[in-house]
Parts: sequence; C-alpha cells; structure tokens
Amino acid sequence: MSNVIEAVNVSKCYPLRSPNEAEYLTLRDSMASFFKPAEKPGEFWALRNVSLTVAKGERVGIIGRNGAGKSTLLKLFSRITRPTTGTIRIAGRVASLLEVGTGFHGELTGRENIFLNGSIIGMSHAQIKRKFDDIVEFAEVEKFLDTPVKRYSSGMYVRLAFSVAAHMEPDVLIIDEVLAVGDIDFQRKCMARMKDVVRSGCTILFVSHSMAAIHTMCSHCLYLVRGEQKFFGLTDEAVSMYLTPQAGGSVTSGPMSEYRPEFARPYISSAKILNGDDVECERFGLGEDLSIEIEFDCGERPAIENVVLAVQISSPGVGPIGSVNTTMSPMAAPIGPHRRGKIRCSLKNTPLLQGEYTVDLSLSDGLVNLDALNGYLRFSVDETDIYGSGHPPAQSVGVIYLNPKWKFDAG
Amino acid sequence: MTSDRGFGNGLAELLEIESARGNRTYWADLWKYRELLFFLAWRDILIRYKQAVLGVGWAVIRPLLTMVILTEVFGRVAHLSSRGEPYPLLVFCAMIPWQFFSTVLGDTGASLVTNAQMVTKVYFPRLIIPASAVLVAFVDMLVSLVLLVIMMIWYHVVPTWRFLALPAFSLLVFGLAFGAGAMLSALMVRYRDVRFIVPFIVQLGLYVSPVGFMSDLVSAKWRTLYALNPMVAVIDGFRWSIMGAAMPISVTSTVIGVLVAALIIVTGISYFRREEDVMADRI
Repeated sequence: MSNVIEAVNVSKCYPLRSPNEAEYLTLRDSMASFFKPAEKPGEFWALRNVSLTVAKGERVGIIGRNGAGKSTLLKLFSRITRPTTGTIRIAGRVASLLEVGTGFHGELTGRENIFLNGSIIGMSHAQIKRKFDDIVEFAEVEKFLDTPVKRYSSGMYVRLAFSVAAHMEPDVLIIDEVLAVGDIDFQRKCMARMKDVVRSGCTILFVSHSMAAIHTMCSHCLYLVRGEQKFFGLTDEAVSMYLTPQAGGSVTSGPMSEYRPEFARPYISSAKILNGDDVECERFGLGEDLSIEIEFDCGERPAIENVVLAVQISSPGVGPIGSVNTTMSPMAAPIGPHRRGKIRCSLKNTPLLQGEYTVDLSLSDGLVNLDALNGYLRFSVDETDIYGSGHPPAQSVGVIYLNPKWKFDAG
Repeated sequence: MTSDRGFGNGLAELLEIESARGNRTYWADLWKYRELLFFLAWRDILIRYKQAVLGVGWAVIRPLLTMVILTEVFGRVAHLSSRGEPYPLLVFCAMIPWQFFSTVLGDTGASLVTNAQMVTKVYFPRLIIPASAVLVAFVDMLVSLVLLVIMMIWYHVVPTWRFLALPAFSLLVFGLAFGAGAMLSALMVRYRDVRFIVPFIVQLGLYVSPVGFMSDLVSAKWRTLYALNPMVAVIDGFRWSIMGAAMPISVTSTVIGVLVAALIIVTGISYFRREEDVMADRI
C-alpha cells in the first residue's frame, strides 16, 4: 500500500511576544523601535521534529493535552501556515475541517451558504450542485432553505454546516473535533457518515480529546506532549499512554483549561470526585460508592435553559467503559434557565476492577456542547478482598467484577 | 520512511509543504481557486444589497451626489475652465475611476482582518480576498458606466474612436487599485493602525487628483511631478477616451503614470506574497 502522507522532522516556531507588548503591533510602535533597538523576542516551539507516514486509507488520530501542538500540526497539514523546518508531502486532494461553517454569513439563506461554504472549503461549483440534495437532506433543513441562517436554531446551523463538510470527497481529510456538534442523534449520524467516508478509502487525520471517538475511528495514533512526538503507533497503546497518569504528577495534574477541547467554554468551574462520605477522594476500593460533582457558572454568557451533563468513564488500554447523561437517566431539576448550579452524579457500589480510570465530562444545553473536561478527573481502584475469601478478583480479566450469588443443587 | 516509488500511487495531485517561501504552484493554485473569488465577490454584493435599504440605489446616488457637489464647487463657485464641455460630464468621467479606486482602498484594507475566521481555518491563496474586493467595486463601476451613457446621451456627446482606449485605462486603474489594496490589506494584518491611515489617504487623494478640475490647471513646471500620482494618468485617460480631443492628455504623464502604477502593483503583490505565509499566525 502506498503512502499518501509523509512528514519529516516538522517543527513550528512562533515568536513570543513580551507580556507588556500590546496584542497587535502598530506602525507607530515599529517606527519608535526603529530608533531604539528592541529586545530580541523569545521564541516558542509549538512542534519539534514530528515525523509520520500514513498509508492510503489509514485513519490516524492525534492526541495530547491542550497546548501539545495538535492544532498546529493540523494547520501545517492543511497549509494554513508553514512549518519552520521540515517537509510535509501529501498526495491527493486535501480537505481540512478545522471548523464547520467557515465563512457562513447570517444574512445569507441556507441555499446561498451551502454554495459559499462549499467553495470556501474547496468544492467546485459542479460538485456542490451534484451534492446539493444530499447535503440538504442530511442536514434536515429542506423547509428553511430560503431563510437567512441568522434565523436558524443553533442546532440547524451546525447541522447544515457539518453537512456541507461531510459531502466533500477528498483523498485526505483533516478533522479537528468538529464531530462534537449538534444533539446526540445528530452526533450519531455524523459518526455514521464519517464511517462511510472511511469506507470510501479516504485517508483521515483526526484530532480529538474524546478517547471514545479516537477508539472507534482510528487505527493509529500520534501522541504529542508539549510539541514533541511521544509515540506514533497503534491506537490502543497510544491511548493507554495518554490516559495513564504521568509518573510523579498528581492525579489531577495541571489546570482545567488543559483538559478542555477547543470548542469548550469554561462553564464548569469545579469538578471533583467524592467518596461515600462526601470527601474528595481519588483512591477507591472495589464496590465503593463514588460521586462526581461539578459546579457550573455561566458568567457573562447567557443562562442555560436545559442543563445536560454527560459522564463517561474510560480505562487505559480498553477505552470508554461506560457513559451516562442526565437525559437518558433523567435528573430532577427545577425549570431553568440556570445561571449556576451544582450537579452530582452518584454511583453506588461501582463495579470497577482495580486499575486507573479517567472521567470525561461534557456539559450541554441539550443541543450544543458548551463545555467539556476530558480526562481532568481521574481515580484509581485498589485491589480489595471484595468476596472476603482471601482471593480478590484478578485485574487481568476485564474491567468490572461480577458479584454473583451461587447456588448449587446436588443432583 | 518508504521509498519514493511507493508514494501517492495513482493520485494525480501532489502537495509539498516546506518552510521555504517561494511556492512554485502558487499561481496555478490561484487559478484553481478562481471560483472562490467569484463566490466571495457574490457574497459581498448579496450582503450589501440585502442589508442596505437603498440597495442598488446607493450605487447610483453616491456618484451622482458627489458629481453635483464637485460641479458646484469647482465649476460654479471657482469658475474653473471646462474648455466649453459640460462640467458635470467632466467631473463624472473622473468620478468613475476615482470612486472605484477609493472603494477598493477602503474595502481591501480591512478585508483580511474581517475575514480572519476564514484565513485561520482554511487554505486558499490569500490574494483572492483583496481581489474579490476589486471585483465588488467593479460591479459598482458598471452601474456608474450606465449612468455615464445616460449623461452622454443627455449632453449629446458622441463617442469617437478614442472610446476604444477606455478598457486600457480601466485596466490601469484595476491594477493600481489591486496592487495598493493588496499592500494595505497585508500591512493591516501586521499593523492594526493602518486602519486609520486609509481614510486619510482616500480623502487627501481626492484633492491631489484632478477629479473636480482638469489636470492642465497645474502649472507646466509642476506637471511632471504631478504625474507621479498615477491617478492623473488614469483620469486624463478616462476624460480623453470619453469626451475626446478637447481634453488634455500628455504622453509623458501617461508613461510616468503607467510606470508608477506598475511599481505599485509589483511592490504591493510581492509584499503581500511575503507576508502571506505568516498571515494565519498573526491575524
């Protein structure tokens, strides 16, 4: 099988601005500094010597904490900016989806925006025309085609935006977490569409904070840590490296912002794991009660009408092992809108085996994801003699323990 | 690393991304993205006419009103010569290229910054953005040309063979506006205060260009220096092509104007190209 992407020693360096400098340069400042020699600005290496080769039809995930250089790498691959050193070679038509709805304009109708956005992301007029009906059908906006998109609900807007993007037919597709749009049903539809794209033989580069999505989509992963390539290989291995707390680091290391995907806004102001006595805790025994508690605060942003919290627990090497949200398992909440609040998710007698676990949280208004913290909360379960037999369950078998009642009938 | 032979089998397009500036496929890319150019221009025209209540009317009222004022000031109050030709027509012939040039300057300057969302999320040859502003201004110019035809009929001006030179002079002002616009838009990505300089240039330009008067009003010894303003050649050319031999035109001024315009086009575009690679990082 032939390679379609080859990146060799790719690095990207940004000049660093001193903190007292304004956000933008001005001509005035430049003229002033002409007369007095300016201090040499520092530099910041967003990426250092990243190399990878991708064969045709492969799906490669790029994972790492915020600031690890994932987005920079995608920007290099999509030619938005150039590498400082190194070379990237890509064979075939490249389409990059770093955002859905680029160039959408509120005054234009759905129909007009389809043509405009399609041409911005690199589709030809003929191609858009051919795909037009599919796009409209997929987005479910037939009735509103001639309505300006400023009158669309946020759900309709993202559906239309994603739909245009999902109907390009590139050889190489570069995606940055755009799957995290729309309501749950539409997300499922998006994933299904992505799988179709994959089946058509398209090569995919995919950045996500969601290990669940990475697991279902990608065969290989590139794991970046502070701009350096930590690992490039099979997804299972990469994900377990990512999920395993780094030696020496505390359990919830780093500020919350490092665990927020790009789209997320800081609604969640605190998140913690509590034990059965409501004390913050990160080590549990088998079968103990465990609660996850978050507080949210809308701050300057509009209040949330219908708060939905989703909780997902993952295990390194296995991937996601369970998830639940406040819609499928309904939460009794007073009628909104809510500016701030506290939500607790209590799990009785958690059936998890000994090991390390991470928790992904996502807060939405039922339509659009507002905030997410992926892997910010972590906990471990220690070996416990749960059966009181002196034979604790072995970790080598699965992720949950079974708590049977045996019955023997002598025959 | 695999050998070259295994790379990209059966795929027509091959893309190389390197740190080096010169991008060999740039102009081919620009051609490939020509549809985007038309789409962006189409978007801006649509939005303009959807938002403005006056819509197309605005494209008619603005040049007409300016013409009336300039005719009053220079023709009636200052009693400047028009060599027996109708003063309003004299002014309007100059208004067409001037309005085009000033619109392009005003629109392109901020065009990259206002389209920052696109620039940071999608690749396309960035020159398309100032180019689409030129295209939008061209549509306004077409409206003005219709007005011109009406005025010519009104004043019984019959076009001569000189009218055939009009496309050449139009091309000159397109190039000039595009070069200057590309330069300003790239400058504004780097220096945000260019925003305040552009309206000043446009305002000053109206007085130093022969829009409200004829260029032979400038005394002969300053004429060569005056020709360094390329709009002199453009405006003289427009008047000469439309109104005929009565209008002054000098070969020296035209040649100087063309050379200065060429210089602005080349510097503007090469500066833009130089900045283009880092635009997404700075914007």
